[in-house]
Amino acid sequence: MSAQAQPNSFRTGPDERGHFGQFGGRFVAETLMPNILELEKAYDEAKNDPAFHAEMAYFSTHYIGRPSPLYFAERMTEHLGGAKIYFKREELNHTGAHKVNNVLGQILLARRMGKKRIIAETGAGQHGVATATLCARFGLECIVYMGAVDVERQKPNVFRMNMLGAKVVPVQSGTRTLKDAMNEALRDWVTNVADTFYCIGTVAGPHPYPAMVRDFQAVIGEETRKQMMEAEGRLPDSLVACIGGGSNAIGLFHPFLDDKDVEIYGIEAAGHGLSNLHAASLSGGRPGVLHGNRTYLLMNEDGQIADAHSISAGLDYPGIGPEHAWLHEMGRVQYISATDDEALEAFQLCSKLEGILPALEPSHALAKVMELAPQKSKDHLMVVNISGRGDKDLFTIAEHLKQDIA
Amino acid sequence: MIQRIEARFEKCHAEGRAALVTYVMAGDPDPETSLEILKSLPGAGADIVEFGLPFTDPMADGPAIQAAGLRALKVGQDTAKTLDLIRRFRAEDAETPVILMGYFNPIFVYGVDRFLADAKEAGVDGLIVVDLPPEEDDELCLPALRAGLAFIRLATPTTDDKRLPAVLANTAGFVYYVSITGITGAATPDFGKVAAAVERIKRHTSLPVVVGFGVKSGAHAAAVAQGADGIVVGSALIDALKGTLDDQDRATSRTVEAVTTLVRELSQGVRSVTKRAAA
Repeated sequence: MSAQAQPNSFRTGPDERGHFGQFGGRFVAETLMPNILELEKAYDEAKNDPAFHAEMAYFSTHYIGRPSPLYFAERMTEHLGGAKIYFKREELNHTGAHKVNNVLGQILLARRMGKKRIIAETGAGQHGVATATLCARFGLECIVYMGAVDVERQKPNVFRMNMLGAKVVPVQSGTRTLKDAMNEALRDWVTNVADTFYCIGTVAGPHPYPAMVRDFQAVIGEETRKQMMEAEGRLPDSLVACIGGGSNAIGLFHPFLDDKDVEIYGIEAAGHGLSNLHAASLSGGRPGVLHGNRTYLLMNEDGQIADAHSISAGLDYPGIGPEHAWLHEMGRVQYISATDDEALEAFQLCSKLEGILPALEPSHALAKVMELAPQKSKDHLMVVNISGRGDKDLFTIAEHLKQDIA
Repeated sequence: MIQRIEARFEKCHAEGRAALVTYVMAGDPDPETSLEILKSLPGAGADIVEFGLPFTDPMADGPAIQAAGLRALKVGQDTAKTLDLIRRFRAEDAETPVILMGYFNPIFVYGVDRFLADAKEAGVDGLIVVDLPPEEDDELCLPALRAGLAFIRLATPTTDDKRLPAVLANTAGFVYYVSITGITGAATPDFGKVAAAVERIKRHTSLPVVVGFGVKSGAHAAAVAQGADGIVVGSALIDALKGTLDDQDRATSRTVEAVTTLVRELSQGVRSVTKRAAA
């Protein structure tokens, strides 16, 4: 849709009630509202406190290992024969994905607020591992809700979380995947409001989460801007990132939203194909209300939430962050999708050409780079966010490639 | 109609007792049985009936109501069919207030204006929508009030005196006090604290205050009925219903009776506490 009036800036949202256009908001039970308002206030204070930023910077550098490199993927560039491809290497962060950027911010905030009990939901387990890691580092109790189906298919991450001292609770309700893990985390929060901090893993949920998580992830795009200026003396021509809830994507995109010449592509998970089971909320869904915000959702004509499917557990969610829903309607970001098979092919190509095993999530982004890059000229600078590493997915990939590694 | 709710509380008040509000899920375990249950409730002693609108992701509900919603969805229950059941109930009972309780997404997807028109026409008197706090009043609360339907708000132990006026501002019909921080059907509340909370809310409003979450038996009902204008029972009724289903989750000859038996016990509990008729 491009009929919408264009704003002066795409970077000023949300409004004070948490809306990005018609999306976002605070659709939660009354029990949680005081907590959400308290969180909003605490985050506003932290945002304006140099001490908070200094603490973030210290742990970003010495614990996470930031800045992550912006790497020229020379062989992939040669192979595809078009755009000059750069990888933003978020997979090199401590715990192996971009998730830790956000968790660091939220855990430091939880400490400021005096909350000692941390809960989180997780799909693939990357957000759960990042949360368990920082809770271990700061001596906080950590409970991670994970769909029973995901517990089965992401065993290595479950073991990691256990080793880090977290309690992983398999969720047996509903479809037993990420959306149900989020329901269960909300049920925990409603029950333990006084002492508990809910560390949400993506740019979704009630305000202020979508904005706060985005701010913590925007370091990805800020570094990319600086690094590309150093490498090429100018801004990139295009950005590509995968989207489940959309935190790695918004982190890369947000600092560039007002640079009108930068093309931006968000890649959803098309699973078995858009006419089949998939997880592409923007391509195959419509606006609805779930988990505290209005956004695009996969659902039936009665508003009942549909089961999502993706080979990547991290993209297997029937919704998307509200800011992406808005950017979609404004036409600022182009949202397209990649299937399971396309992601698997991209995974193999990247592994063989660059010696980098990407996670299945950014393999979706790479799949579209394979399509987009050959259409561009050789001086076109394209950045793709390698949001996580593929080690966690080896069992899934082996199964799909019919190879036995167990 | 808000008036039907007001009239019912006036009647209970005149009888010097608290109102019994019952919750069952529309379409659980099948549409016809759930209608039969709904119709049997007033005779068993329910003063106000809440009918649950099934939703796949009921984030404030415990296992009993989650499962009830999934049973209903499995047999094809949806918003339009739920309104049909209420229409059929209303054709036989013009006085018992019907409250539709659920989550916003099915209503949003149905279309707010169309939903309010159809709900009113079907005979719905009030709405409880768990995920619409006062911050989102523009979405449904204010349009519902304009349409003459009560939007009944939940007040909780975390709703402090500072926030209470905002919560009460556009509430009509009654105030639903959630007795615990938690999900439906979980812990049993500390009845002493509940009484204090009800008193606190009553200082801010002249609306009736009913108490729900964790009320499971006639004894609980009697305990809460001391201070409150009404009590809500949901999960306990659904547990009673579930206990009678066959291994395919289908109704049996005992299903309706199991619910009405518990409602009669609760009704006796409520009626065992006689209040001073207020001036």
